[in-house]
Amino acid sequence: MIYLLKKWVLHMNKFWIIFWHTYLTKVKSKSFIISTLIMLLFALGATNITKIINLFEGDDSKDQVAAVTADPEQYPLLQQQLNILKPDFTLIKAESEEAAKKLEQKGKIEGYLLVESDAEGLPKGTYKSETISDTSISSQLQSALQQSKSVLITKKLNLQQEQAAALYKPVDFHVVPLKKDAKTEEELNQARGFVYIILFVIYISVLMYGNMIAMEVAQEKTSRVMEILVSSVSPVQQMFAKILGISLLSITQLALFFLVGYASFKKNLESIRETGIPFFNFDQLPVATIFYGILFAILGYFLYATLAAFLGSLVSRVEDLQQTIGPMTWLVVIGFMLAMFGLGKPDLSFITIMSFIPFFSPLLMFLRVGMLDVPLWEIILSIVLLLASIGALAVFGAKVYKGGVLLYSKSSSFKDIKKALSQK
Amino acid sequence: MVLEIKNVSKEFGSFTAVNSLSFVIPENEMFGFLGGNGAGKTTTFRMILGLLEPTRGEIHWNGEKIDYSKSSKIGYLPEERGLYPKLKVKDQIVYLARLRGMDKAAALRELEYWLDRFKVPEYLNKKVEELSKGNQQKIQVIAAIIHKPELLILDEPFSGLDPVNVELLKDAVMELKAKGTTIVFSSHRMEHVEELCENLCIMHKGSPVVHGALKEIKRSFGKKNLSIHADFDLSFLKDFPGVVKAKPVTEGVILQITGEEAAEGILKDIVKKGFIRKFEIEEPSLNDIFIEKVGAAYE
Repeated sequence: MIYLLKKWVLHMNKFWIIFWHTYLTKVKSKSFIISTLIMLLFALGATNITKIINLFEGDDSKDQVAAVTADPEQYPLLQQQLNILKPDFTLIKAESEEAAKKLEQKGKIEGYLLVESDAEGLPKGTYKSETISDTSISSQLQSALQQSKSVLITKKLNLQQEQAAALYKPVDFHVVPLKKDAKTEEELNQARGFVYIILFVIYISVLMYGNMIAMEVAQEKTSRVMEILVSSVSPVQQMFAKILGISLLSITQLALFFLVGYASFKKNLESIRETGIPFFNFDQLPVATIFYGILFAILGYFLYATLAAFLGSLVSRVEDLQQTIGPMTWLVVIGFMLAMFGLGKPDLSFITIMSFIPFFSPLLMFLRVGMLDVPLWEIILSIVLLLASIGALAVFGAKVYKGGVLLYSKSSSFKDIKKALSQK
Repeated sequence: MVLEIKNVSKEFGSFTAVNSLSFVIPENEMFGFLGGNGAGKTTTFRMILGLLEPTRGEIHWNGEKIDYSKSSKIGYLPEERGLYPKLKVKDQIVYLARLRGMDKAAALRELEYWLDRFKVPEYLNKKVEELSKGNQQKIQVIAAIIHKPELLILDEPFSGLDPVNVELLKDAVMELKAKGTTIVFSSHRMEHVEELCENLCIMHKGSPVVHGALKEIKRSFGKKNLSIHADFDLSFLKDFPGVVKAKPVTEGVILQITGEEAAEGILKDIVKKGFIRKFEIEEPSLNDIFIEKVGAAYE
């Protein structure tokens, strides 16, 4: 009994040595530090985006647009409407199209608007510009002209101010789910943002850390350190110590990313709100969504990490690594594509079915959980399926790994799996 | 600690890598395990280490099977060299030594001792990729012996080293042997094996072709070498009775002869022809035996 215990302690000891070695050498590596810095810069950049945009688009460098109105009365009307709209350009008056053209050629203005009057005295406009790729100016001009037209018509019809206001007020319209605890529209919009971010995080981290594990294994194998390692620690122990070591690494990196991102987001909350970009408030997110987000991210990571480790063990040259882990990459990409598609239509039965397939369920089941009201048994079923396939893949992967690390072949094909399994 | 290999075979599918191999290595001994390329040496080492399961037969060390619980008592220098190129010598060796059950401080102390002894103390904080191939090899040898193993497998420990370094390493290995380590030693350099091992086994295509004590092997080989230096042409000797092979050298010829009787006949014949500067019967070298046994099996 004591002997067995001793043996076990010795065993676990080696596991932790590899675990910490994997983690610490990676954390101290240049590539990790650089990639973390880039991630942090990205987090800071995304949350400070309004400030950054303002930095480049100073008020003094506002674009100018000229307007040529056939009916002189229409210019002040247009100007007035634009003042209400607060456009990001200033309007100047031009006497004729030729004058406006000259201004344009000199580079003084972005373009010019020609306003003519139709038979009923209502304005019609043509906007001319060097290129028409920037639609923000033309669409603002269009709405200003639309407003001018409305003002002219109300005048003609002798409508009272209130009548006109009532006419233009948008109709009250709400979408209410009948099912008792279905998500409300507002909740759904918030959930969509969060789900989108988490889906992206799962996708990126599975790809990035999966690659890292496969690379780590392949490098040990091709540098032949594996020969020594394998004689002192069992391959299975090595494989799991490595998977967990890299997972701690990913947690370190993602935690930094989220902490910095969240802190900076909080700080810039006001300026982000001003832009009118739809955003979500973390504080109002249901705890369950956050919980499932983390759970599916972890499960997804382990599924793909196990796959990556055993694929990495089959490679004899680092050059062949990308080719060998190709199928894994495709599974992740397909899963992500389905999830992006499903974000708009999460209740499609196709998405429902796919969300039970283990390689896709971390992304798709989480998508459904975040967006819909999925019965608990479905969630549990998909988690059980996921756990079972992680287990199966771990057992199978460990067997392949055990043979694979000792196997050096020139070709790199999936026949090697069979060969690796027969190496006992 | 006795290493015992009993009738071991290993098959990969239809390919037989090792075919009914048996030998016993007593404590304090260095056993020469030789063979051409693809003879099954690495497979045998992997079976001894417990990385591969023999298809038939048994391997025991001190009466027990070798598994990972014994890895702190085993040292292994694989033929394919490999270390982490980006890691410092210190981090690397301490990591590998800890996996062999040493603690950090002891590993560092031993590493410094060995670096000093191999006359490269300045490598402690260098990355492995900055070292020359020969120096990387020294580091790897240290990785194999740092934890004072009781069973040590050295696959081609001297390849790629200059003679000075070979001597340094040989001394270290001899010292380990004197302290009681059982060593399995593989090399293509027969003179190293002759110098270091009392017992040996030559493998060819998975089967042992020669096995036993070095002296016995030489004696039972029968043939001897006869080295003659003389001023006149000796090429006619290749057709002389009792001569198996003749190899001309700058100053004369080296003959392989069936026995001492043949030498007598040759001597009687050539004294009449002129002045003989050298006439010496030599024991066959292990090199000759290896070439004959393995070469014959090739034919």
